[in-house]
Amino acid sequence: MNLLIKGGRVIDPSQNIDETLDVLVVEGKIKELGKGLKAPQGGDVIDAKGLLVTPGLLDMHVHLRDPGLEYKEDIVTGTRAAAAGGFTSVACMPNTKPVNDNKAITSYIVAKAKAEGTVNVFPIGAITQGSKGETLAEMGDMKEAGCVAVSDDGRPVANAELMRRALEYAKGMGIMVIAHSEEIALVGEGVMNEGFTATELGLKGIPRVAEDIAVARDVYLAEYTNSPLHVAHVSTKGSVRIIRDAKARGAKVTCETAPHYFSLTDDAVRGYDTSAKMNPPLREADDVAAIKTGLFDGTIDAIATDHAPHHLDEKDVEFNLALNGIIGLETALPLALKLVGEKVLDLKGLVEKMSLNPAKILGLDRGTLKPEAIADITVIDPEQEWTVTPEGLASKSKNSPWLGAKMKGAAVYTIVAGKVVYKNA
Amino acid sequence: MGSEQTVILDGPGVKRALTRIAHEILERNKGVEGLVLVGIRTGGVHLAHEIAERIREIEGELLPVGAVDITLYRDDIKGHAVHLPVGKTDIPFSLERQKVVLVDDVLYTGRTIRAAMDALMDYGRPTCIQLAVLIDRGHRELPIRADFVGRNVPTSSKESIAVNFDASNRPTDVVLQK
Amino acid sequence: MVTKTLGDRTGCFSDDEGGNMGFKHKDIIALKDLTKEEIELLLSTAENMREINSRDIKKVPTLRGKTIVNLFYEASTRTRTSFEIAAKRLSADTVNISPSTSSATKGETLSDTALNLLAMKPDIIVMRHAISGSHYFLAKRLSCSIINAGDGAHEHPSQGLLDMLTMRDKFGTLAGLKVAIVGDITHSRVARSDIAGLTKMGSHVFLAGPPTMIPPGVEKLGNVTVCKDMREAVEDADVVMMLRIQLERQGKTLLPSLREYARYYGLNPEVLKLAKKDAMVMHPGPINRGVELSSYVADGAQSHILNQVENGVAVRMAMLYHVSGGELPTE
Repeated sequence: MNLLIKGGRVIDPSQNIDETLDVLVVEGKIKELGKGLKAPQGGDVIDAKGLLVTPGLLDMHVHLRDPGLEYKEDIVTGTRAAAAGGFTSVACMPNTKPVNDNKAITSYIVAKAKAEGTVNVFPIGAITQGSKGETLAEMGDMKEAGCVAVSDDGRPVANAELMRRALEYAKGMGIMVIAHSEEIALVGEGVMNEGFTATELGLKGIPRVAEDIAVARDVYLAEYTNSPLHVAHVSTKGSVRIIRDAKARGAKVTCETAPHYFSLTDDAVRGYDTSAKMNPPLREADDVAAIKTGLFDGTIDAIATDHAPHHLDEKDVEFNLALNGIIGLETALPLALKLVGEKVLDLKGLVEKMSLNPAKILGLDRGTLKPEAIADITVIDPEQEWTVTPEGLASKSKNSPWLGAKMKGAAVYTIVAGKVVYKNA
Repeated sequence: MGSEQTVILDGPGVKRALTRIAHEILERNKGVEGLVLVGIRTGGVHLAHEIAERIREIEGELLPVGAVDITLYRDDIKGHAVHLPVGKTDIPFSLERQKVVLVDDVLYTGRTIRAAMDALMDYGRPTCIQLAVLIDRGHRELPIRADFVGRNVPTSSKESIAVNFDASNRPTDVVLQK
Repeated sequence: MVTKTLGDRTGCFSDDEGGNMGFKHKDIIALKDLTKEEIELLLSTAENMREINSRDIKKVPTLRGKTIVNLFYEASTRTRTSFEIAAKRLSADTVNISPSTSSATKGETLSDTALNLLAMKPDIIVMRHAISGSHYFLAKRLSCSIINAGDGAHEHPSQGLLDMLTMRDKFGTLAGLKVAIVGDITHSRVARSDIAGLTKMGSHVFLAGPPTMIPPGVEKLGNVTVCKDMREAVEDADVVMMLRIQLERQGKTLLPSLREYARYYGLNPEVLKLAKKDAMVMHPGPINRGVELSSYVADGAQSHILNQVENGVAVRMAMLYHVSGGELPTE
């Protein structure tokens, strides 16, 4: 695949580049960045004037629901949604049916993604068999089959002893543990953030401390075992502080947050809107501020969507009965671009959080436009205005709190290994 | 509004009409024995008190006066009319075997009177019900007639009639609005 | 000058008691959604409805031909009966559906149940449901009126209204009253409706209960003060509202025992002495005697618990009456 992307503003934090350059792609790899480059023979030319050219975005936390829950999403529709959102790679969580806790499931995902997927799919295996929190899963096998990390996402590893052993064992296998940190006893029957809004709506609350103490536990275990740890979907002020302190102590801890945690507060639940129901739940204004500070000062390494498709029937019910989660692949980029407008991040910082850092955390050779790198590239129009509509979403599910919302900023070309897989120009 | 108004009855006219009604009631019923007054909220209640006062002046006895609110008995309850506030029905005496004089200010379609009679029946079985109105403007939609009428006023259905009261609920005048 | 226009009652009907103020809601789901004027209107209608309940023939034809479905997902003899009596006194036809006789046990969703009910053309659905907000869910999908007879820990507007009516009967106004509410505020829909209604009407609400049962941010719901103990709340109160404690529902982590709860948060004659001399004692019922209230207090002269029950029917008649009008015409 040969391609020349001409005259765009190239943002590549891996080389500390932010300038107007041409990007030449030859045979699916980055050949050269420079000015006035000539179009390759038999290759397309993309005029990127006024557009941003970045290493392909990588979403390290999605639920593709394949195998077993294809009525919500599958590898075909999920990767299409990713491409439409500007992501060239996604890492998918193991809470499928059956759970991705062995190499057979991992191989199925890898094979189906290769055959039918639009973007790169990197599976994440389970920490414990069936994610039941009882027995470790075969991490070595899964890694060989293609898993890039392990996680029991959706539920915590409740037993601290088991979590400790998981961290130790994973270190031996050279695979990252991603923690879903949550103290189940404190969550109880809670369905939204505990606070004034829950009090007014008469809904059972999930206290922030349920996340804080679990993050603290997992961080301490990582330090004690001298293992790397990545904390998923950080939503509270307390978690940010705990991780900041751990990093200052030199712990090998990284973390991510999701666009909804810096875009919405639990006010969005008013009206008992199930499209604002997720776990961890939307928090309060001071948490949103702390998340932004964490992104600004580097405490939070990555922005990942926690794309969680659910069928209409699972959301169009009474609030307590609705399943947790929202889709996020197609709205993440404009929501993150808002942070640039708010000066929380500069463009390089944004690309770091959505491409370079997730690649580093998962040990992938992505997130860069260095010569010889695989040509995963996202071309972004930061000014394009559009409205989120159910028909406009590529995802099979439409459970987004932003339906009807106006967005600014969109991917115009999503390029995987030099091939344009999504075009919106 | 802003349309032209014609005074049909001025203050003294209203007074004379009510006095005549009081006399007619006494004549028809041969005195005050077993007689009670029930006014339809709200204008009819004020007028019932006026009539009771006239009767007291003539016979020296103050008749019991009750108030009936017909909101819950309206036949146009569908639609927006149901939003109306409900007034209090206040009949602090038995209607059983009483001669009830029902009092209203304006008799028009007759539907209000129908509703009021239904309401009264729920309070007991009076010997009879008679109807006294200050104004009868015609256009009946039900077979209802008044026993005692202050003034018959031919109107068109586009016109409206207002009985005005002062702050102490005494009738001041009756006005026709085109 | 007080003027009354007559002669065209079937059209515009103005009245010197209510002016042209109307009730514009299709549903009554929460007192927090109503204005002060709307609450005032419901209370004054209820006050006038009360007269019907004292007649020999306790029935008016107002809602003749209307069908009211009482859909109770949680058992509640008293609220359901009260709504049923209210409906019948207004001549409506009522149908009672409760989980044991409905298809909820067969796994039918609320949405499907409601749509099936709608096919039977009810005019009003009175629903009680264990999940907060279920009524909004239903109201969005159904064209008929929805009245909330209690949803989770959210609101119980008919209880709030009857509490307010009972207080107004005694004090003539709700403005400036000091109302103590004692007990499990976190799980109480009665408390939320009382707080929403009372603070709108100008009362000052004082809350007391074990800190395990005081929800965060509750003082921001209006003119609400959270007290450090029961005595502080009851002191100088015009009204002491005791909430029902349901240990089996609320879990064992919140309280060590009912015995200790009664000692610290039960109302006995000694604590009641701290309130104003003529303070009212109220309770939404059913009472746990010896827990929330000692029998001396429950059956004492200051108890208005039975007045509450009596007002319940009138308040529910007012609610049924006002929602059955649909939208006001937009002229």
